[in-house]
Amino acid sequence: METKKLAIIATKGTLDWAYPPFILASTAAALGYEVQIFFTFYGLQLLRKDLSGLKVSPLGNPGMPMKMPFGPKWFKGINWNIPNAVQSIIPGYESLATSLMKMTIANNGVATISELRSLCQEADVKFIACQMTVELFGFEHSDFIDGLEYGGAATFLEFAGESDICLFI
Amino acid sequence: MEFNKELDARGLNCPLPILRTKKALAEMASGEILKVIATDPGSVKDMQAFAKQTGNDLINSAEAGGEYTFFMKKK
Repeated sequence: METKKLAIIATKGTLDWAYPPFILASTAAALGYEVQIFFTFYGLQLLRKDLSGLKVSPLGNPGMPMKMPFGPKWFKGINWNIPNAVQSIIPGYESLATSLMKMTIANNGVATISELRSLCQEADVKFIACQMTVELFGFEHSDFIDGLEYGGAATFLEFAGESDICLFI
Repeated sequence: MEFNKELDARGLNCPLPILRTKKALAEMASGEILKVIATDPGSVKDMQAFAKQTGNDLINSAEAGGEYTFFMKKK
């Protein structure tokens, strides 16, 4: 049987959207797929050595439940429906939401982004960083983890063109 | 049921039970049986999908008290 191929473009640089590319890539690798992820624009944040800058923003995101990861069950069940206007004027609101989400992630036995990223690398998932956006945003190669390739659209399309599944995330 | 190795994936969520299963199988010989215990309800479908796509044989799976037990025979 010919090896299946999965090609992913990762364009989002927030804690929540960091999950889909790494979950799908690591799982596909475990299923025997050959996998490449092309990181471009804000997706480059997912390749930084220091991932502590990844945050989640409930602002302008009506689909995101705001629930507390601690306390009794009835308290955890409350959805704190805070208006955008209020969220936007409270200093540190995003940092608070991010720490709450990290607690929820840990409570639910969900891996951290750093863990999933390492698992991908151990499973030979190929990471390609978009050189154009690296320069556009003023990043240095030293900001990023080792083991990356730097390339452009043509590099991605070469693999994507032969892939069985191609996702834009 | 007899098995050669046991993997405790309790408390872990998607995709970790599958990734750990893959890793455990990699260290085993063909024909050996891996027992996996998980608490993620999604692992029931995922283990079937894993077996189907990798050619390993999911010979038995059972649920009791919120725990899922799988027996996977390595290809």
